[in-house]
Amino acid sequence: MVDIFTIGIGGQAGDGVKEAGGTIGTLLAKLGYEVFVSFANPSLIKGGHNFARVSFSREKIWCDYNKLDVLIALNEKSVTLHKNELNQNAIVFADSFDLADLDELGTKAVAIPMSVSATAVGAPMIARNSVALGALGYLLDLDFKKMSEILQVVFENKKPELNIKLVDIGFEFLEKIGLSHPKKIEQGKSEKELIDGNTAFARGLLAAGLDFYISYPMTPSTSILHFLAGEQKNYPHLKVIQPENELAAINMALGVVYAGKRVAIGSATGGFALMQEAFSFSGGAELPLVVAVSQRQAPATGVPTFSSQADLRLAIHSVHGEFPRIIIAPGDSEEAFLAGANGLNLAWQYQTPVIALMDKIVSEHSTTSLINTDQIKIETGKLAEKIGPDYGRYAITADGISPMAFPGTPDMVVKITSYEHDEAGITVEEAEPVKAMVDKRFAKAETLASELDRQETIKIYGDKNADTAIVFWGSTKGPVLEAVKYLDRPVKLMQIIWVEPFDTKKVTAELASAKKIINVEGNHNAQMASLIREKTGLEVSANILKYDSRPFDPLDLAQKINILCHE
Amino acid sequence: MNNLATKAKITWCPGCPNSAILVAFRQAISELVETEKLKFENIVISAGIGCHGKITDYVNVNSFTSLHGRALPVMTGIKCANPKLTVVGFSGDGDSFAEGIGHLVHTARRNSDIKVFLHANQVFALTTGQTTPLSPKGYRSKSTPFGSIEEPFTPLPMLLESGATFLARTYAEDIAGTKKAMIAAITHKGFSFVEIIQPCITFFDTREYFKDRIYSIPENFPVQDKKTVLEFLTAPNEKTPVGIFYNVEKPTFEEQLWS
Repeated sequence: MVDIFTIGIGGQAGDGVKEAGGTIGTLLAKLGYEVFVSFANPSLIKGGHNFARVSFSREKIWCDYNKLDVLIALNEKSVTLHKNELNQNAIVFADSFDLADLDELGTKAVAIPMSVSATAVGAPMIARNSVALGALGYLLDLDFKKMSEILQVVFENKKPELNIKLVDIGFEFLEKIGLSHPKKIEQGKSEKELIDGNTAFARGLLAAGLDFYISYPMTPSTSILHFLAGEQKNYPHLKVIQPENELAAINMALGVVYAGKRVAIGSATGGFALMQEAFSFSGGAELPLVVAVSQRQAPATGVPTFSSQADLRLAIHSVHGEFPRIIIAPGDSEEAFLAGANGLNLAWQYQTPVIALMDKIVSEHSTTSLINTDQIKIETGKLAEKIGPDYGRYAITADGISPMAFPGTPDMVVKITSYEHDEAGITVEEAEPVKAMVDKRFAKAETLASELDRQETIKIYGDKNADTAIVFWGSTKGPVLEAVKYLDRPVKLMQIIWVEPFDTKKVTAELASAKKIINVEGNHNAQMASLIREKTGLEVSANILKYDSRPFDPLDLAQKINILCHE
Repeated sequence: MNNLATKAKITWCPGCPNSAILVAFRQAISELVETEKLKFENIVISAGIGCHGKITDYVNVNSFTSLHGRALPVMTGIKCANPKLTVVGFSGDGDSFAEGIGHLVHTARRNSDIKVFLHANQVFALTTGQTTPLSPKGYRSKSTPFGSIEEPFTPLPMLLESGATFLARTYAEDIAGTKKAMIAAITHKGFSFVEIIQPCITFFDTREYFKDRIYSIPENFPVQDKKTVLEFLTAPNEKTPVGIFYNVEKPTFEEQLWS
C-alpha cells in the first residue's frame, strides 16, 4: 500500500486558499516530504469556491489524490461540497459546522477556533487558516520546533509573528483535545523545492540567458509574466513588457530577436491562436523565438481556469505555410524547466520557433522538483564571423543554418522580410529562388532531425519488457505514473515529450512489440493516438480520455487501466 | 560610402509618388550620415505590407519588412532591444489605420522612440483600389461600388490625442519638404509621425485635388502648444496645410524601460 496523505483546503476566492495550500506544501517540502499541490478556482476574484489540495508522501508522488485525509474548511460550504471526498479516519477542521453536516460527519468534525483567534491576536481574517496549519502540525505529529523555524521564513513578508501565534493556538488546541491521526507518514528525506511549472519554465529561460519576456495576460500562462516581471530586479538585463495584445507581443518579440536579444513570449492557446500569422513569419524569416503555450479547456473562451490537452494538433499544425518547428510538451515542473532552457537554446541553434506546450496543470500545479540551473549552458547558435558588404542573412549552407548578424554592425546590412526572399533578404517571386529558400529551410529540418538522437524526446518508465504499453504526454504523466502504483500487472509506460519533430524511430521501437497499447489523454479526439498512427502506422488498442476540464484522479485511472488490461 | 541602392528592381507604377518618397528618404539619411548625426549601420527601416512596403527592398540599409499592420510593435521591439539604433518605419493607410490601428495608437501612447512615415494614398492600392479608413465618404471602388458609407479618420489629431510627440504632414511630390520633415522626425527623440500625402496615380489620382490646396504653415507655428495645435488640426479647412505641427519632448518608452 502506498503511504500518501492528502489535505484539502476550501474557501471563497479572497480567503487565501491558494496561499494556504502553498504554505502547507512548502512546509512539507522543507520537512523532506515529496509533495504535489493542486489548485482549482472558478474565473472570478471574490466569492465562488476555491480549493487547494496537497498530497504528500515519503516517496515520489506524481500528482494529488481526490480522496482527503484532512479537510480544512474556511467556510461551511466547503464542508458540504467536499464531505463525500473523505477517506476513512478523515478529519474536518472548520470554525463551525452546519447541523446536518455535523450529524453526517460525526467524530470526523473538529471545530477549531480559526476566526475568533485571528480577531483575538489582531490578525486579518485571511490569516485564520494559520490556526488550521498548527492543528494539522499536531495531527500529523510534525516536529513543532522545526515547523516554526520553517514558517518564520515562509511567512517572511506576511507578518510572521501574528501567523506563528495563530499556528501555536491551533497546535495547542489539538494537543489539549489530544487528537492525532492514525495514518502516519514516515519522515521524508527529499531536498527538493516545491515549484510550479510556469515558474520552473521561466527559470529555465533565465538559465539560458533570456533578455526579454513579452506577454499579454491569459490564464494559465499569466504567472510566467508575473514571475519574470518580479525577476527584473535580480536580472538587470531582463526586460518584461505587457503590450496591448497578443499580436503586439509576438511582433515586438520578432523585433527584439532581429536586434539580437533572446526573447520568449507566452499565452494560453486562445492567445496563441491570435498570433498565428506572426508565428508563421518567425518560421519563414528564421527568427529564434520561444512561445509558451498553455492549454485550457476550449473551444473559444471555454472553461478558462481549468485544464485540457485538446490543442496538440493546433500546436503542430498552427499557421500557414511549411517550415520546421520544435514543440516540447513537458509533463511536470522539472521538465518545464528543461523546456524553457533547452527551448531557448534550440531556438537560437536552429533559428526557428520553439513551442513549450503546457497546460493548466503543468503550469499552475506545484510539485517537489530538482531544478539545476548549473547544468544549463547558453547556446548562441551560428553567428556571422566574416562581416562585410556581401553578408546575406539567408546564405545557403549545407546544414540549412545561415550565420546570424544583427543591425548595428559596421559595414553590414541585415535584411529580414516576411516575403519570400533571396540570400540577401530581398523579395523574390520567381520560381527558382522561391524553391531554393524552401529547400534551405527544410535542409535545416534535416539537421534538426539529427537532434532527436541527442534529446530525451520520449521517456520510458515501468517494466520495459511488459507486453502492455501505456502512452501519454504532458500533464497526464502525473496521474499515469501515480496510477501505476495500483495496477495489478506490470506495464510499460511511454511519455512523449517532443511532439514535433516526432521521434518516429524511438516511438516505433518502443511500441512495436507491445500486444496492447493504451493511450491516456485529456481530450475528446485522442489526438496523440492519431499522431502515433500518422507517424508510425501503429494503432492504439484503447483510449482513456477525459474532457471535462478536470484532471485525472490516479485511483480512478488505475481502475480503468486494470479493467482494460483484463479485456 | 553606401550609395543606398540595392539590386532590387523598383516595381511601383511608373510615375508613382512613392518614388519621390524614396528619393526624399535617401537624401534625408545621406545628409544625416554626412553630417555625422547618424551612422549607416545604426539605421533600421521597417515597413508593413502594401505598395509602401516595397521601399525596404530599395534602400541598402538594415531592414525589417513586417506583416500587414504589424510594423510598429516590431519597431518598438527593435528599439527596446538596442536603443542605439534609429528605427524608421513606413506604413500605408490600410496598413496603419485599418489592420494595425491598435498598434498605432498604443505606440504613440507609450511614446516609443520610433519614426513612422505614412504613405497616405487613401486607397488600398496593391489589392487594386478598395476603400481604406482614410478614403472620403462616398468613395467608389470595387468593394464599395455604390460609394463608401463610412466617415474617414483624420490622422494627425488622432495621433496628437494618442500621445505622439512629433507630428508633420508633407506632400510626396515636394521632395525638399518631405526630406526636411523626415530629418526633423528622425532627429526628434520620441514617437514621430509624418503623414505624407501620396496620390495613387492608378486607383485614386488626387493630384488635381491637392494641387491648389496644399500650403505651408508658417515657421513660427506654435508647435509646443497642444491645445492650439489640436484646434488648428480639427478646424474646418478647405485647404491642406503641410509642415511640422507638433514637437515636444517627453520621456520615451525605451529610455524608461532601461532607466
